[in-house]
Amino acid sequence: MALSIVHRATGIALYVGTLLLAWWLIAAASNSAGAYANVQAFTGSIIGRLIVFGYTWALMHHMLSGIRHFVWDLGFGFKANEREALTWGALIGGIVLTILIWIIAYAIGGVR
Amino acid sequence: MVEFALPKNSKITGGKTWPKPAGATETREFHVYRWNPDDGKNPSVDTYYVDVNDCGPMVLDGLIWIKNHIDPSLTFRRSCREGVCGSCAMNIDGQNTLACTRSMHDVKDGAVKVNPLPHQPVVKDLVPDLTNFYAQYASVEPWLKTTSPTPQKEWRQSHEDREKLDGLYECILCACCSTSCPSYWWNSDRYLGPAALLQANRWVSDSRDEATGERLDNLEDPFRLYRCHTIMNCAKACPKGLNPAEAIAELKLKMVERQI
Repeated sequence: MALSIVHRATGIALYVGTLLLAWWLIAAASNSAGAYANVQAFTGSIIGRLIVFGYTWALMHHMLSGIRHFVWDLGFGFKANEREALTWGALIGGIVLTILIWIIAYAIGGVR
Repeated sequence: MVEFALPKNSKITGGKTWPKPAGATETREFHVYRWNPDDGKNPSVDTYYVDVNDCGPMVLDGLIWIKNHIDPSLTFRRSCREGVCGSCAMNIDGQNTLACTRSMHDVKDGAVKVNPLPHQPVVKDLVPDLTNFYAQYASVEPWLKTTSPTPQKEWRQSHEDREKLDGLYECILCACCSTSCPSYWWNSDRYLGPAALLQANRWVSDSRDEATGERLDNLEDPFRLYRCHTIMNCAKACPKGLNPAEAIAELKLKMVERQI
């Protein structure tokens, strides 16, 4: 039940995160130089980075948890051990992917 | 609708602590939900001490011991005392299960906490009102429906077809699964719940039944079937080790399969 709630919560968080993504894209596409700098300043701040980090996790967790639901909807993975493996897999996999993405991002992009 | 807090008249207040049995060397503490429809008071949780040397090992044995030795007014359903009838389904230590098959010694950490099945109207103490639950079972029409002429002898079924009913026919309708399901808590007026849907799948899966399409039509509804969000509490709760979540997934698959 707990992971079902987390799946929903991350789904709701993705709405907010997608707004952030849209803000970034609109700013990048706009003519004004200040608009993009504003986004960069926000996402580069401590709070901004925390939010983007949270968004990354919400996206990764929701994706893996969503795959888990696909598996169930196809009629597989219902035995108790399979159920627990899928659930823990989504939880741990989401955290691992998030950390990996951030390590790669920092390695490629460097510290701004 | 979604309710996170109990209504005012369901808030648990206080409770009586009954004296320990005289002469008992070893006791087990029981916290039991009490509510009497006649005294106008809110529900409470009473504390009892069971003499474990004078009592069987199961939670039901403890409750019967309390009723016999301490408080005859304690009310609960029980019948077969061996996990066949499904009467003594209740919430023990936070889990819906049968009191007759759950050992009180498997409950760790202090007192054995016993409550009625969650989110059902209470008749008295540990007795929930399952009228709606049974009506939903009736709504899936749990009997063989045929149009072809009745054979002289029995309706024949191959061994393979019979095996398709394994994991479905064993359901004892104790309501542990349905009352563990958040979707059922909040939409039990429109969502059939895992127990009734497992039974629906039992009849849809029966090779002898000739009303499969009609049965699936009856479930083609945003609430009746599709309020299941694969939360999986039902599969965890079932004291018979059945898997209502899987049965519901099979129903959803059959719903799609017949359209392609």
